[in-house]
Amino acid sequence: MNSTNKVIGFTLIMTVFVAVLLTGLREVTKEKAALNEEIFNKRAILMAVEKHLPDGKKVKDLTDGDVAGIFGSNIEQVGLNMAGEPVEGVLAEDIDMAKERKKPEADRLLPLYVYTQGDQKFYIISIRGNGLWDEIWGNIALEGDLSTITGAAFDHKGETPGLGAEIKDNPGFGTQFAGKSIYDEQGNYTSITVRKGGAKDPKHDVDGISGATVTGDGVTEMLQRGIKYYEPYFAKLKSNI
Amino acid sequence: MADTSVKDTAIGVEEKEPLFGKKERKLLTDPLSDNNPITVQVLGICSALAVTSLVLPSLVMAVAVIFVTAFSNLFTSMLRNYIPKQVRMIVQLVIIATLVTVVELALKYLNYPVYKQLSVYIGLIITNCIVMGRLEAFAMANKPWRSFLDGIGNGLGYGAILLIIGVIREVFGKGTLFAGTGIELKIIGPNADFLINTTESVLFGWYTNNNLMVLPAAAMFIIGILIWIQRSINPKLVDIS
Repeated sequence: MNSTNKVIGFTLIMTVFVAVLLTGLREVTKEKAALNEEIFNKRAILMAVEKHLPDGKKVKDLTDGDVAGIFGSNIEQVGLNMAGEPVEGVLAEDIDMAKERKKPEADRLLPLYVYTQGDQKFYIISIRGNGLWDEIWGNIALEGDLSTITGAAFDHKGETPGLGAEIKDNPGFGTQFAGKSIYDEQGNYTSITVRKGGAKDPKHDVDGISGATVTGDGVTEMLQRGIKYYEPYFAKLKSNI
Repeated sequence: MADTSVKDTAIGVEEKEPLFGKKERKLLTDPLSDNNPITVQVLGICSALAVTSLVLPSLVMAVAVIFVTAFSNLFTSMLRNYIPKQVRMIVQLVIIATLVTVVELALKYLNYPVYKQLSVYIGLIITNCIVMGRLEAFAMANKPWRSFLDGIGNGLGYGAILLIIGVIREVFGKGTLFAGTGIELKIIGPNADFLINTTESVLFGWYTNNNLMVLPAAAMFIIGILIWIQRSINPKLVDIS
């Protein structure tokens, strides 16, 4: 065989072999991988209400089946438009926050998870913003009064490990949010501020992470803007009560 | 094909290669110090800077690279007599990329949280010069078993340096060890709970985390110092001129 034919023949066989191998492998693992991803995302949402899980369990103690069970029985999923109206046929878990951010503000959809435990209701909202290097996001759980935060969990795409990444890695950062309020006593929207050098206002500030000022400011901005998106819906809920 | 296999066995019978002879052991131990891929060959620096801010990602990266170097060496060596010279680099790249994709799919299937944490690093393996360097320098000219050992040896040499850097950076940058795993230890600084913890003072209680250590630049300094130390104590590497 001459050398050009050999090269072509070899690459052709190799390409077909590798393509078939990888496609086959992907097809075989696809379903389980998608399920894993779904459970992973649902766990992230439950992190925000970790204090109120059934039987006082922690999220990491839940099996995949438990997570699916809680979502089936305790959680109601709502997709909201920017006017605060529920959109028919849209589940919160189908809303991709990363894609929503690219849309014009008025067209965005907002995911809302209403978690019921006993006679208590918690409203879990999702927010997304920019950290120092890349996107950051989080889930915030509000108590039934729609003002007090009961838990918050954050994640990030590429913040510096040991600095900005502490918003996820250091459990102490998220737990600070519990008990804070997003409205002041007059009912004005204040959101929560991540304060460099330590919280000043016990109701509306949390301690920043030293060395991660930009990420902290990103979290503040994300909270400020992200929670406000849900205000029209909250207003409706409050007027109904 | 029949020709080469006959030739291979013929040589094998003549030499009677042991599974773990002197040469084979040397293949495993040489890259650990005398011919270390990072400190002597200065390969794979990019990922050594990127992933070593904590011990856990360093460890996982090391394991992944050992797997990929070992098996890409093995497969390349098995194919070495058939790979056309003109396209050998492309073929090597395809082998590496295929293996990395297999690792990625397997992680997605088996352990999604770990996949999520490492997704960026997994892609980084493809760009790791050590893998390609070993294929070109060793596997193309040696038999499968030896190539496999050479891959493991170089992976280990790379991993050892990664772990050393990871430990130094995590301890001095964060005051902890194994953060992100179940056995996180707070070693130095205030609130250290591992080493000597008398009632009066904690060991190095005055220590404030060094934020430089968290940044990739610190790894550059550490690698430099490691090279310096190695070159002064290893007689084989002393530069006579």
